[in-house]
Amino acid sequence: MLEIKDLRASIEGKEILKGINLNVNAGEVHAIMGPNGSGKSTLSAVLTGNPAFTVTGGSVTFNGKDLLALSPEDRAHEGLFLSFQYPVEIPGVSMVNFMRAAINEKRKYYGQEPLSAADFLKLMREKRAIVQLDNKLASRAVNEGFSGGEKKRNEIFQMAMLEPRLSILDETDSGLDIDALRIVAHGVNTLKTANNASIVITHYQRLLDYIKPDFVHVLYKGRIVMSAGPELALELEEKGYDWIKEMHPEL
Amino acid sequence: MSALQQYIDLYNEHRQLVNGHAPQALNDLRPAALEALQGATLPAKGSEDYEATDLDAIFAPDYGVNMNRIQFQADQLASFSCDVPNLSTCLYFFHNDIFVPGRTARMNPDNPVVVESMVEAQQRHPELLKKYLGTLADLSKPEVALNTLLAQDGLFVYIPKGVTAEKTIQVVNIFNASQPLMAVRRVLVVADEDAHVRILTCDHTQNPDGQYLSSQVIEIVALKGATVDYYDMEESTSGTARVSSLFVDQQEGSNVLVDGITLLNGTTRNDFYVQVNGENAETHLLGMAIEGGTQHVDNHTYIGHNAPRCKSNEMFKYVVNDNAVGAFAGKILVKPDCPRVEAYQGNRNICAAPTAKMYTKPQLEIYTDDVKCSHGAAVGQLDDEALFYMRTRGISEDQARHLLMQAFVADVIEGVRLEALKDRLYHLTEKRFSGTLSLCGVCGSTDCSKHDKIK
Repeated sequence: MLEIKDLRASIEGKEILKGINLNVNAGEVHAIMGPNGSGKSTLSAVLTGNPAFTVTGGSVTFNGKDLLALSPEDRAHEGLFLSFQYPVEIPGVSMVNFMRAAINEKRKYYGQEPLSAADFLKLMREKRAIVQLDNKLASRAVNEGFSGGEKKRNEIFQMAMLEPRLSILDETDSGLDIDALRIVAHGVNTLKTANNASIVITHYQRLLDYIKPDFVHVLYKGRIVMSAGPELALELEEKGYDWIKEMHPEL
Repeated sequence: MSALQQYIDLYNEHRQLVNGHAPQALNDLRPAALEALQGATLPAKGSEDYEATDLDAIFAPDYGVNMNRIQFQADQLASFSCDVPNLSTCLYFFHNDIFVPGRTARMNPDNPVVVESMVEAQQRHPELLKKYLGTLADLSKPEVALNTLLAQDGLFVYIPKGVTAEKTIQVVNIFNASQPLMAVRRVLVVADEDAHVRILTCDHTQNPDGQYLSSQVIEIVALKGATVDYYDMEESTSGTARVSSLFVDQQEGSNVLVDGITLLNGTTRNDFYVQVNGENAETHLLGMAIEGGTQHVDNHTYIGHNAPRCKSNEMFKYVVNDNAVGAFAGKILVKPDCPRVEAYQGNRNICAAPTAKMYTKPQLEIYTDDVKCSHGAAVGQLDDEALFYMRTRGISEDQARHLLMQAFVADVIEGVRLEALKDRLYHLTEKRFSGTLSLCGVCGSTDCSKHDKIK
């Protein structure tokens, strides 16, 4: 589904990603862990086409298409989704209008008619239930005045609405209490099928108790320096990142 | 010859014609107007209070004035894109500057609300017209004196004591002429004690190729306990210039809302002067401009707090794109011995393109302790983070920009005290932002190159 080859990217002239290689297949859950500043969030930003970053080398193929050649919106239409670490507040734009625009632009991309108002509201209702998102939040402006937990639930709600093929969850566990974490994880697990995949970016093992990864990768100084099964996350939890750093004195 | 002199000469040559068509109450004002104009010039760009707008240049073309009161037939339905669904209004038209009652304007003869041309008012309510006309308009402003010199007719609205005008009074100003034309409009609104009235006006230009200037002076008198809502919307063309001066006198306990909205225009200068003369009065002054192409919108406001315990709330918002120019100047003055005044002024602007220009000049002058006042002005761009967030959800950049711009002006629309009009404004601004606000059905096209499209 996703093939990242020697991906390099920089911001304001500073190289952050220094040759990332990663393959993700349908049905898989990949966890990416790593110390602060290793490039985890940059990777998600580059994959979704954030204009603040410049790709300086490598390639990314997504379902056979050159992902890097697509606009952020077309990447979304092709089935890429990012759950933001810091979801953006958009005062004045209601959740309903925001989601309706998103759904209908995707339908347009696939040559479908816009969803009727009734069908749209039904879909909203259905998907809201997955993350127990209050109807009141859905009628407010996007993320405005939402608590940390509500924002993250709102991200998973949007994921449920858009039914992506590949979801990147960027530190979805940060700022969540244990109940909110369960709800969010339950949402993600409910949406998992044999045809979609997820990349879970996290600092902590905690989230991985709820969302079971098939592979765990360690990102350090812009490279994936270690890949293994779920047991790696436990090992990191126990030993920290120092032993990884020691293994790569050249970085 | 100066821009101003050509019109003074025009009046002097056709004095009898002008006065002959006009109500006596207007003619009575002309000597003072003429005197005020002696040796005066129209302010050029850069002069005090006209930093961004060249009034002299606006009046410089040799516009004709319809001295002979020649009627022209405007296609009211075709030009009438300002229909407000779910709002039952009493509808009136001005064709250039000639008053035409609309089909729905017929009122129940028992209805005490007066809406008529000033010529009619001279016959039916001469004492009211005489008492109030010209009492607020400041003749030291040459554009106001010029309007007073040349106006032949206008709109007169009077709401008697304690009466609520149930229906919104809607006035549609339609421009259409084969020659460059100046329409000289005059409006007088008097809300007597505890009277309530809502007025909605809109400017349209029917012929997008024409060159027009509308000179407008509006006087609004809100007596003790009266409530007046005055919504003034412009949806004209790039060939249309507009110079409008609105004066408000607020007496004790009155509540006045004035909302100036520019959706499409050429060059516009709107002045708003509000004198709060009675205690416990409340003022809402709102404005919004959506600009693209070479549109130019300059709103100039003054709120004078001349009495204690009054509240005023002012907010103007601009979205300026392409090569458009926006300007705002707002002054709030709290006179001595006016304690407990609360006055807030805000001006927020988005420059949506690097070539767009915005000028803003907020001013507070306070001569009383024990008041709460604030002002704030900001010019910024659309939020890049919000744009990217929306794009990752599949919303195209264009659409995301429209949604953000729409959201930006939402709080000004929320200030509208008429639900149906609020809905209509959301609809109109949405169309404006998406470039599908077709003008008056002139071309009917959803993508007319003549009407500047904002991105």
